[in-house]
Amino acid sequence: MNPLKANQMPHQAPLVRNKNFLEVATGYMPDIAIDEAKRCLNCKTKPCISGCPVGINIPGFIGKIAAGEFEEAYQIISDESSLPAVCGRVCPQERQCEKKCVRGIKGDSVSIGRLERFAADWHNKNCKIWPDVPKQNGHKAAVVGSGPSGLTCAGDLARMGYAVTVFEALHTAGGVLVYGIPEFRLPKKIVELEIKGLQSLGVDIQTNVVIGRSLTIDDLFESGYEAVYIASGAGLPRFMNIKGENLKGVYSANEYLTRINLMKAYRSDSATPIYHSKRVAVVGGGNVAMDAARSAIRLGAEKVYIIYRRSFEEIPARKEEVVHAKEEQIEFLALSNPIEILGDGDNFVRAIRCIKMDLGEPDQTGRRSPYAVEGSEFDVAVESVIMAIGTSPNPLITRTTKGLSVNNRGGIIADENGMTSHKGVFAGGDTVTGAATVIKAMGAGKIAAKSIDEYIQKVKKE
Amino acid sequence: MYKIIKKEKLNSTVSKMVIEAPFVAKKAQAGQFIILRVDSNGERVPFTIANYDREKGLVTIIYQIVGATTHLLDQKCAGDYIEDFVGPLGNPTHTGGYKKVAVIGGGVGCAIAYPVAKEFHEQGAEVHSIVGFRTKDLLILENEFRGVSDKYLIMSDDGSVGEKGLVTNALEKLIESGEKYDLVITIGPLIMMKFVCLLTKKYDIKTVVSMNPIMIDGTGMCGCCRLTVGGEVRFACVDGPEFDGHQIDFDEAMERSMVYKDFEREAKCNLLQMEVAE
Repeated sequence: MNPLKANQMPHQAPLVRNKNFLEVATGYMPDIAIDEAKRCLNCKTKPCISGCPVGINIPGFIGKIAAGEFEEAYQIISDESSLPAVCGRVCPQERQCEKKCVRGIKGDSVSIGRLERFAADWHNKNCKIWPDVPKQNGHKAAVVGSGPSGLTCAGDLARMGYAVTVFEALHTAGGVLVYGIPEFRLPKKIVELEIKGLQSLGVDIQTNVVIGRSLTIDDLFESGYEAVYIASGAGLPRFMNIKGENLKGVYSANEYLTRINLMKAYRSDSATPIYHSKRVAVVGGGNVAMDAARSAIRLGAEKVYIIYRRSFEEIPARKEEVVHAKEEQIEFLALSNPIEILGDGDNFVRAIRCIKMDLGEPDQTGRRSPYAVEGSEFDVAVESVIMAIGTSPNPLITRTTKGLSVNNRGGIIADENGMTSHKGVFAGGDTVTGAATVIKAMGAGKIAAKSIDEYIQKVKKE
Repeated sequence: MYKIIKKEKLNSTVSKMVIEAPFVAKKAQAGQFIILRVDSNGERVPFTIANYDREKGLVTIIYQIVGATTHLLDQKCAGDYIEDFVGPLGNPTHTGGYKKVAVIGGGVGCAIAYPVAKEFHEQGAEVHSIVGFRTKDLLILENEFRGVSDKYLIMSDDGSVGEKGLVTNALEKLIESGEKYDLVITIGPLIMMKFVCLLTKKYDIKTVVSMNPIMIDGTGMCGCCRLTVGGEVRFACVDGPEFDGHQIDFDEAMERSMVYKDFEREAKCNLLQMEVAE
């Protein structure tokens, strides 16, 4: 046990894994997990817990791993998290729990994320017991959206004895966990297992129902649901509105990833097409941009570029994703911004025209503003362009529901308890904040479940 | 899984299917569409709702057999199941306040034009319907259209039924003869809608088209169905499917609709186990 150095996570070799969709990080072996867990000092202040958006008892579960009690470790995690195998894989731990870890002051933090994943995977592999449906309290609640926020809220409410129905617009549950995050970061089998766990608690998931079209929020109340949690996410893609953006071969990252992840277009037996372009440009610097770029190279691209308008150091994606992307031979063109997409004689993309950027004076947030350097235009020859510049809340529900206040970015306005301007309607996750993270959405789901419980119990008394 | 209650061939390439989908049937309105997957490996494809029965929870779609997915769909019969079926999607047609409308349908687009014509008729408007088909065998919904139209004209490319010529010829003739329409609704192949709009723009007649770009989710999350309308980007699935025809960049829409032509040809060849021309 090395107090200063964390145990490394085994990975598929970069030039092997950039040609397949299998999981990149293969997980700790039990002896390594125990060794890493022993690095935890079990310090008095436990700052890691405050860094976790769902408040997992981190020293608690790590202590169990150190003692070789893996199933017990899983139970502690699942007291607070409905999706432990998911969080261990996709949370930006370096900005949350691990950032606060005391070990991290002098050396490497304890690898909290890797240990969480280990415990969850152990449970999924070895424990065949599904939880029972808790004693019902006679009340019903509806959840809109089966992404991380909706599933978490549904799970917590189900555990309190509520009959919960989750309505999902797509044909598979999971939201961004199935359409957005690729197979090589989050295997869909894992998401399926997590969802099965929730269903065994009695959560009823109905797919192919679009709230706002197939059913309205008012319909839900009329059917006897006493409260509704809106967790419909931020699925509206943003485009740059530059010339050539509608050429054949330009995708929003949502479209590109949905074809690949949800519709499995990377497989030859899928009926959904996708171009396996030799050269691809991805515009943007977030996790979604990394996912799109790493998917493109797995589809056989020889050159994949990330085009980001600020400096490389400012790239907002999770550090691990950027490192993995670079290892997989993705090229980063930082301080570059697209100005036009050029087409060939058949209206397919042939190149993206960019301009070099430089950093100027800091703006109100303190970040130096990028500005275009005159005369520095350059063309990059590509056959596909993927716009991964952000998404905003999907407006379908807000457009079709009266009495739901919305801010100027299209997000539903909700207070710190998730309550909206509409009686009995709560909201949380990306649909309120705009695109953020899985774990923050889960945190909002937990808060909403508590608020819905208080609300329904209060109404019952009146 | 969604049960097919009835299946009927309308002609050699067009079939009608009635599916049990209570959520969709309860809320469906003219102009809206559904998205379905034939099986668990299937792609998501949109079809306009041709009819619905709220009491029985049934939805009717009319589709043309074009490629692999519609071929697979057509192999299913009453009693079989469709994997996924979701809707109603898109905005319903606005039918209020028009006294005299011309409904121009082309090919299988007539299946979409019919519920709209019916809606206008039921609201008391005078409805002139002009339908165009390549040849007599492809004619569909003749009796249905006659039942809701004050004037009903059939045009065919080869003259085998009705008059030989294009729907635009017939429309121009009516306009030139003094017919004053409050609204023209046109639904059919993109090229047909483009030329109807060019014609009506000359006479400054308000024209609504129903666009059918490639779609995946149908709820506004991917932008695959994007069109340029009045110089701005609009998503057909949530801003449409109906738009002011004079504002649409049809050439761009036609280009974008062909983006997977090679994939479609290959899929069809694989399915039919033979070479297919297109």
